[in-house]
Amino acid sequence: MNGWALGAVLAVSVATLGIGAFGLRVSRTTSDFFVASRVVPPGLNASAIAGEYLSAASFLGVAGLVLLRGADMLWYPVGWTAGYLMLLLFVAAPLRRSGAYTVPDFAELRLESRTTRSVASCLVVLICVFYLVPQLQGAGLTLRTLTGAPEWLGGMVVAVVVLLNVLAGGMRSITLVQAFQYWLKLVLLLVPLAFLVQRWQHDGRPSSHLHVADWIEPMQGPHSVYLTYSLVLATFLGTMGLPHVVVRFYTNPDGPAARRTTLAVLCLLGVFYLLPVGYAALGRVYASDLIGSGRADSVVLTLPGRMFSGVGSDLLTACLGAGAFAAFLSTSSGLVVSMAGVLSQDLLARWTGMVAAFRVAAVVVVVVALGLALASSEQTLAHTVELAFAVAASTFCPLLVLGIWWRGLTAPGAVVGLVVGGLLSASAVVLELVDRAPGGGWGVVCSQPALVTVPAAFLAMTAGSLLTRSRLPEHVGRTMVRLHSPEELPVDRGSFRPRGATPRTARRS
Amino acid sequence: MSDGDIPPRVRVTGRPRTAPTTRSVVSEIDAQTELGEVYVRSLVRSQLRLALRVTAILVLTLGLLPVLFASSATARRTALLGVPLPWWLLGVLVYPFLVLLAWLYVVRAERNERAFRELVRDR
Repeated sequence: MNGWALGAVLAVSVATLGIGAFGLRVSRTTSDFFVASRVVPPGLNASAIAGEYLSAASFLGVAGLVLLRGADMLWYPVGWTAGYLMLLLFVAAPLRRSGAYTVPDFAELRLESRTTRSVASCLVVLICVFYLVPQLQGAGLTLRTLTGAPEWLGGMVVAVVVLLNVLAGGMRSITLVQAFQYWLKLVLLLVPLAFLVQRWQHDGRPSSHLHVADWIEPMQGPHSVYLTYSLVLATFLGTMGLPHVVVRFYTNPDGPAARRTTLAVLCLLGVFYLLPVGYAALGRVYASDLIGSGRADSVVLTLPGRMFSGVGSDLLTACLGAGAFAAFLSTSSGLVVSMAGVLSQDLLARWTGMVAAFRVAAVVVVVVALGLALASSEQTLAHTVELAFAVAASTFCPLLVLGIWWRGLTAPGAVVGLVVGGLLSASAVVLELVDRAPGGGWGVVCSQPALVTVPAAFLAMTAGSLLTRSRLPEHVGRTMVRLHSPEELPVDRGSFRPRGATPRTARRS
Repeated sequence: MSDGDIPPRVRVTGRPRTAPTTRSVVSEIDAQTELGEVYVRSLVRSQLRLALRVTAILVLTLGLLPVLFASSATARRTALLGVPLPWWLLGVLVYPFLVLLAWLYVVRAERNERAFRELVRDR
C-alpha cells in the first residue's frame, strides 16, 4: 500500500470532478468564447488534441506490449502518430471547412441523408464503447498495482468519476484543461524516467534479458507479416474516425489552421512516444518476472519499486499513478461527452428531452463498457485500444476519404460500406475481446482484422455507390466547393449548419 | 463660398475594365457552370495528387520496413551505438520523418490553394 500514490490518484480524481462541478460556469464561457470567435491558436489546440488522445494505452500499454513482445510492438506508437499524418493528408482541412461538428454531421452534409447520419451515429457509440473498455481495464490494473485493490474497483472508480463529471455537464471540450493534460502526462512520464535511467547508469548499465533474439529482432513471430501490416493499416487509418478527435477540429479557425494544428500534434506525439520504449527496456532488465505473469501492462508503475526503495520509490510511483489516472479520465471524459452528445441528439431525443437523453446515453454506454471490461481481462491494453482503431478504420475512414475526394459517393453506397465494415470489424473485435475467436487463419484475422475489413469496406462503399449512381446527392457540386475552396474566396458554400453546433450557438446568443 | 462657385458636375468615363460579356470565375463556380466545375475539379485533383504522392513516399519507406526486416537478417541485426537498427528506425527516427513529411505537405497544400486563389481572382 503506497500512501503517496493513493493520495495522488485521489487528488487527480477530485481535481477532475472539481473542474467538472465547480468550473462549469468558467468552462462554458471559455469554450464558447473559443468556439464562437474561433481563435484557438494551432499550438494550444494541438496540445488539447494530444492531451485528450494520449490514453491508458499510450501511458501504460505501449511499454507493457514492448516489454512483452519487443521490436514489432514499436509499430503501435508509430501508427498512432502516423494516423495524424493520414488525417492531415486526406481529412483535416476539408473536414474543418465542412463545418461538421461530428462524423454524423459530415455524413448528413455530404450525403444529404438522415439514414446515413443515423448509421454513423450508431458507429460512434460502438467505437466509443470499444475505446472505453481498455481505459476502465487500465484503471483497474493501476489501482491494483498501487494498492492491491481488486481489479474491478479501479474501473468502477473511473466509471463513477467520468459519469458524475458528464452528468454535471463538465469537461465539455475545455481546451485549456485538455492542453494542460498533455504537458502533465509528458512531465509525469519523463521525470520518473530520468531518475530511473540515472539509477540504471549508476548500476553499471546492466542489460540482462535484452539481447534475446525474438524480442530485440522484429518479424520473428508466426504470421508476423500479416499482423504487422494489419496493425499499420488500423492505426494509420483509424485516427481520423475517432469521435473525440474529430470534435476538436471544429475549434480551428479555418482549413489552413487545421493543417497546422495537425502538424503540431505530430510533433507533440513524437516527443511523448520516445518515452514508453525506455520503460520497456528497463523493464526487461529490472522486472523480467512481469513478462510471463500476464501483468506486463503494470511495468511503468512497477519499475520505481524495483529500482528504488523508501520515499523515493513511493514518490515516483505516485507521479506515474497520477499520470495514468489523468490519462484514463481525460480520454474517457472526452469520449463519453462526444458520444453522449451524438447519441442523445440522433437516437434518443425522439423519446425524451435532450438533457435527460444525454444522461441516459452516458450511463448506458459506460455500463456496457464496464461489463465488457470485466468480461475481458486477458487482453493487453494497447491491443484493445488498437481494436477500436480497426473499427474506426473500417467505417469512418472510407466514409470521410471517399466523401471528401470522390463525387460519386452516394448515401446507399455509404450505408452499405459502413454496415459491411462495421459488422465485420466489430464481430472480430468482440470475438477477440471475449476470447471466443476461432483457431487457425480466422483467429489470426480476428486478432488484427483491419487488413481484411478496411479493403472490404472501401470495396462495398465504392461498389454500392456505382450501383446507385442515379441517387447522387443533389448538392454534391456545392458541397465539393465548400470542402475544398480556400476561405478567402467569396463563393457560395451552401447553407448547412451542423446540429452538434446548434446548442452552442443558442447559448452564445 | 457661395453656391454659384461649385463647378458643374463632370462624369468621368473610361473603357470598362472587364468585358461585360465574361462572368467572374466566382460567379461561374456559384452557378455551377461547366467552366466553374472545371476550376473546382482542378483544385480537388491537385490536392488529391499531392496527398497521394506523400502517401506513396510513406508506403515506399516506412511501408517496406516490415518486408525488409522479415527478409534480411542483416537489417534486423545491424547495430549503431549499441542499439539495433530497427529500434533506431521505429523508436526514434520515424517521428522526425513523419513531421518532415507533414511539413512538406502543409507547405505544398497551401501553395496549391494560393495558386487557385490567384487563378480565380485574376479572371
